[in-house]
Amino acid sequence: MNIKVLKDNGLSKTEMRDIYAASLIEMIENGEPVMITDADLMRPIGILPYLKKYPENIFDCGIAESNMIGVACGLSAEGFIPFTHTFACFASRRVMDQVFMSGAYAKRNVKMVGSDPGICAGLNGGTHMAFEDVAMMRVVPEMTIVEPTDTVMLKNILPQIAHSYGMTYIRLCRTHTEEIYEEGSSFELGKAAMLRDGGDVTIIAAGREVVEAINAAKQLEEIGIEARVLDMFTIKPIDTEAVIRAAKDTGAIVTAENHNVIGGLGGAVAEVLAANMPAPVEMVGVKDVFGQVGSTETLKEYFGLTADDIAAAAKKAIARKNGSQ
Amino acid sequence: MFAADIRIATLEQLRAIGVGHVGGTMSICDLIACLYGGVMNINPANPKWEQRDRFIMSKGHAGPAMYSALALRGYFAYEELLTINRLGTRLPSHTDMNKTPGVDMTTGSLGQGFSSALGIAMGCRAKKLSNYVYVLLGDGECEEGQIWECAMFAPAKKLTNLIGFVDYNRLQICGTVEEVAGLKDIGGKFAAFGWHTVEVQDGNDVEQIMDAISQAKAVKDRPSMIILNTKKGKGCCFAEDVFNHNMVVSAENADRAIAQLKAYKETL
Repeated sequence: MNIKVLKDNGLSKTEMRDIYAASLIEMIENGEPVMITDADLMRPIGILPYLKKYPENIFDCGIAESNMIGVACGLSAEGFIPFTHTFACFASRRVMDQVFMSGAYAKRNVKMVGSDPGICAGLNGGTHMAFEDVAMMRVVPEMTIVEPTDTVMLKNILPQIAHSYGMTYIRLCRTHTEEIYEEGSSFELGKAAMLRDGGDVTIIAAGREVVEAINAAKQLEEIGIEARVLDMFTIKPIDTEAVIRAAKDTGAIVTAENHNVIGGLGGAVAEVLAANMPAPVEMVGVKDVFGQVGSTETLKEYFGLTADDIAAAAKKAIARKNGSQ
Repeated sequence: MFAADIRIATLEQLRAIGVGHVGGTMSICDLIACLYGGVMNINPANPKWEQRDRFIMSKGHAGPAMYSALALRGYFAYEELLTINRLGTRLPSHTDMNKTPGVDMTTGSLGQGFSSALGIAMGCRAKKLSNYVYVLLGDGECEEGQIWECAMFAPAKKLTNLIGFVDYNRLQICGTVEEVAGLKDIGGKFAAFGWHTVEVQDGNDVEQIMDAISQAKAVKDRPSMIILNTKKGKGCCFAEDVFNHNMVVSAENADRAIAQLKAYKETL
């Protein structure tokens, strides 16, 4: 891992889907046995322009997600590396049994992209707003869960995902993201990226919440609180060592996720700490409620996922350090 | 003859564990005999031989009939059949590609094996193999929505290397497939989706099955679905015409059925 963090964030020039499509096409061009399939969402994920050029590697399953996962599992049995895509709500809850049995139980090698998780579903609203996908995938044995943070990470991590055997769920916002990392940064699956160090509290974030965590840390710095920030882009298997070290070094933990606090990153961190190094944990995330229609920014405020919310949680976690509250 | 051996071996397995899916394994023994007795191009010494024909048991609970054929063809020792469903066995109720030599896909949750078979057929085609992929569905299984996603997919993707079978024995756990879910005219449904379909009047007749497979292979522009009109529990004296989906198999009943099958073999 060799990461360099940008001093100033800002929206990416390219969208996540552009990087996603270009990276997979590059693998196909390199002769890798990559297959790309979809449930009629090739246009939104940026694959459609390549369909005609690579008919042997790209195909649409139609609006039939269960069959898509099954077909991908069959392709994997023949040695291919299939990437499937649909929205996160369908990529998880609609196909859970297929993912479990034909995929994980059968020890297949399918890379399943669930796009626009949580608040990224925006105006598609509560019906499409997956705050439960990570929780569902976490209880599937041997599942890997990755939530790439920005375009730089996505570009670097996709080939690693392709070359790492096993079922993988990739939680992906399709559009522009806040850029966190300098071009050329490299990452290691399963290892948290430390974005800044501090001794008072650790904020462990994923996906869209990483930029909020950085901004929260900046706010806290102004009042003399030094926060460590970890980007936990591999949610499963979680970087246990980094979590334990954070508790040991800083004594207070905040988690921040675009997901239900039940069963997601917060739950995963709490499980590690309870078993190894108990410390106060404050979870910033969706508090076991359904999604709503709204812009991503509006929803961030509605669900309490902003930098302000994280900073407030950090103060609370620090106050709980000696069991005082 | 091979079908009778498969029935005997299957009953020996179920006798060893005392319970099992008698009806739906007995109904397909004749098909399994055709596939493993000559139709399929396979190499028991090298179960993962790349050029082999594939077989996916989408009605995964009929695993024991497949294990019998695999053992009789030498994929593993015949005695191993007696380990069925014991903790740690390589022969679980439902077929498992990671446990049993010769099993091409893990199945058990109904509907899913069909999708996997489509992926395997696509994969074989992409690798430019000239093999066939065979998949067996239960009739009750055809109540799963996923089956009809598959039914649409295979002709659309021109999976001409795929031959499917439906074990149309007309019975499921709670009654007939028509009573329980209104399922009828399975062949007509597949035909409407663009499959070449063949109706086999007696799906427990080896010659009729072989003839249907030849007809399927002659069609080069579409996948084929062969509807086997079978009898659930066929050839097992204690299981015919009673509730036989998943039933107790006493040693006495199993011995009686095995003795009858052996006597029948003598007449062949």
